[in-house]
Amino acid sequence: MINAQKALSRFGPRATAIGLALLTLIPVVVVASAMLNPDQAIWDHLWRYVLPELLVNTFWLALGVGVGVTVLGTGLAWLTAACEFPGRAFFAWALLLPLALPAYVTAFVWIGLLDFTGVLPTWLRATWGIGALPIRSRGGVILVMVLALYPYVYLTASTAFQGQGRRLLEAAQTLGVSRWRAFFKIALPMARPGIVAGLSLALMETLADFGTVAVFNYNTFTTAIYKAWFSMFSLPAASQLATILVFFVLALVTLEQLSRNRRSYATSARGSGGAQRIRLRGTAATLATLCAALVFLLAFMVPMVQLLLWASHIVATDLDARYLAFAGHSLLLAALGAALVVSLALALGYAQRLYPTPAMQLTARLATIGYALPGAVLAVGFYVPVAALDNLLIDAWRSWTGQEIGQIFGGTLAVMLLAYCARFLAVGFGPVESGLARITRTMDEAAQVLGSTGLKRLSRVHLPLLRAPLLAAAALAFVDILKELPITLMTRPLGWDTLATRVFEMTAESEWERAAMPAVAICLVGLLPIFLLVKHSDART
Amino acid sequence: MKTLKLTWLTALLGALLLPLAQAEEVVVYTARNEQLIKPLFDAYTKETGVQVKFATDKEGPLMARLKAEGRNTPADLFMTVDAGNLWQAAQEDLLKPVNSKVLAANIPAHLRDPANKWFGLSVRARTLVYNRNKVKPGELATYEDLASPKWKGHLCLRTSKKVYNQSLVGMMMSEHGEEKTEQIVRGWVANLATAPFPDDTLAMEAVAAGLCDVTVVNTYYFGRLIAKKPDLPLAIFWPNQKLSNAAAGVHVNISGAGLTRYAKHEAAAIKLLEWLSSETAQNLYADVDLEYPANPKVKADATVAAWGTFKPNLINVAQAGALQAKAVMLMDRAGFK
Repeated sequence: MINAQKALSRFGPRATAIGLALLTLIPVVVVASAMLNPDQAIWDHLWRYVLPELLVNTFWLALGVGVGVTVLGTGLAWLTAACEFPGRAFFAWALLLPLALPAYVTAFVWIGLLDFTGVLPTWLRATWGIGALPIRSRGGVILVMVLALYPYVYLTASTAFQGQGRRLLEAAQTLGVSRWRAFFKIALPMARPGIVAGLSLALMETLADFGTVAVFNYNTFTTAIYKAWFSMFSLPAASQLATILVFFVLALVTLEQLSRNRRSYATSARGSGGAQRIRLRGTAATLATLCAALVFLLAFMVPMVQLLLWASHIVATDLDARYLAFAGHSLLLAALGAALVVSLALALGYAQRLYPTPAMQLTARLATIGYALPGAVLAVGFYVPVAALDNLLIDAWRSWTGQEIGQIFGGTLAVMLLAYCARFLAVGFGPVESGLARITRTMDEAAQVLGSTGLKRLSRVHLPLLRAPLLAAAALAFVDILKELPITLMTRPLGWDTLATRVFEMTAESEWERAAMPAVAICLVGLLPIFLLVKHSDART
Repeated sequence: MKTLKLTWLTALLGALLLPLAQAEEVVVYTARNEQLIKPLFDAYTKETGVQVKFATDKEGPLMARLKAEGRNTPADLFMTVDAGNLWQAAQEDLLKPVNSKVLAANIPAHLRDPANKWFGLSVRARTLVYNRNKVKPGELATYEDLASPKWKGHLCLRTSKKVYNQSLVGMMMSEHGEEKTEQIVRGWVANLATAPFPDDTLAMEAVAAGLCDVTVVNTYYFGRLIAKKPDLPLAIFWPNQKLSNAAAGVHVNISGAGLTRYAKHEAAAIKLLEWLSSETAQNLYADVDLEYPANPKVKADATVAAWGTFKPNLINVAQAGALQAKAVMLMDRAGFK
């Protein structure tokens, strides 16, 4: 018994990490294996006519969104976490709300408002003779994606800033360092793991996005993958493109990893309580309020008001008792999925902390790559082996008993939840990893000296310190699952609809107005984890 | 205490792995969306007592799913929009021929698979919509004519990534050959007033707002838009009516369905398919989306009939599928995004 426990604590973390990597890698390999029968004619065509444009497009999109979400997310996080200005308490949580809106819905609303036929351009044209705003452009798609995705950085950076001991900054100030210098020299570098975690999530989401770029008709890797697969019926060509995308993401992640490997971001947690926020006054305070208000307005209020207007037109005909079931299903999936994602992310993060070897780091990267794959690709890659396993079991049962049985795993919640983990592990892992990085190793050693090891140390020492990152991870995973489409569509039991699949039914037929009601409902359910987050940070201060 | 926990755990696991209920039923995988198809299935259940279960998704993932599930798939029918997708499903050997006298009598030959693996259930016409204040119907003629320089800066189009345009160009390839079609598509691209739109409705709104004069859309989008905004200065024009060659007639496509190769409830599924093609069901099927019934004995909805009658192109819609990949490549070459 004791030996078994020893063996478990010795190999358990590594086995967990490898298991999680397999969960994500199997779909990737399934997709990549289609490359084995290459489709030369189609590949030549893509190479010549499609790839040049999409490489340039993807580059600018990733760069624009990366810079945008970092500046916006970090700036707003610093303002709400470390400064005091009118409305701060409200904006601290309200700035998270755009998370609950699917990005493609925000995109459609903004195009509707700003394109030639929109309200504003029509008025501008009639009154001032000004032409249309170029919203359907590279700048437009970058702008909308920044507005939709900055909350990832905002959340992880806020968590990082809040966890920093204010004492360091106070010490710097007593040494005569100005506030600005202290921010750039101390607070910002120390928050780097958090900021990077959010940035990676935003970038992976950008690369995997199909809905938003489709609304803008902006060609990226994802649109090309979909085109090769679903329009040219060439799985091999789609697989080649997807594999290039995966390598691209792995290279980026590895570069980032190498650049911060030798630094330490740990702080003594004791200095964090009761810190004073910097009280902004006069113009600075007004500017801070205006900035936060503007972002909140553009990223959330305007799309939300438009959705509510649309929803009000159709609420009488479309709202029925079924919505209770849709919301219930969404809530169930998101809650169970988030709990599973966060538990597995914690296991992976802890395994990486116990064994910080290059092999383990690579395993962790591979385990979280699912988030960068276009959703439909991952869904198919995941479903193929599940169906194969089902077929194996059904055929075995038939030859053994001569009886027919239905699917065993297909159409079960268990498969849905596992698929969510394959896709969203990164969402849980990012905050957990950056949270663990901030806990000093001396704490681990102290705990060990006091006889706390393994799981005991995790639960008694690390978990209390990880509360904020874990809550952040859970909130992100919850909202992401709430909005998820391809996996939900492919793996849900028959006749089992969620709010997100309602949005799909309507937007697939370009009935955006009718999609507004389920979209608003997603937002309402998405408020739940944000509310919990707020309660938690209120309890701290 | 421990046993209690164990019981709970087992119950939870059991619930997670709960398989789907089995009863007398037909299972449909459908890319035709829920709001269009559920009223029909509900009516069928009411009439016959047979339960219809269905899963909606996009056609690509549904086909991938059918393929992965192989002979153990729960699906009996595969239902989708656009002949290109049905052709591909047949190509991948996911469908099984149905030799039904009812279907053969109800669905015209050019709207079903020559090998009877799929059947059109509604017809969707892809036609021209123009701005009444800017264009006289006499100035419009054919799809091909939209490539002529006189429309420079006056044309709006939906993206080439939508299968409707892929099928349209595929059909044109079978009429004119690849080279001439490419010239036509290049002409369209040169005439665009603005970058292609992500959907038909936005393209029509741009025409109504005066950004361009004419666009190519499926008629039911026109019907839906006009129902919401009756004052828009838009009208339908039926192109290619005066021709008598292969390119004659308005391009039509279908939404349709086929029996899956490994259907478990084959007889029940064929009955449902036959019912869908019948006069009782055809109006329900087509009218809910302002489409045209595939069964020629059935009259279209009054709104739809008011748009006038047209001569359809009679080439078998399966052609669109066979040429779809080539059509996509052609549009890429021509710079149609």
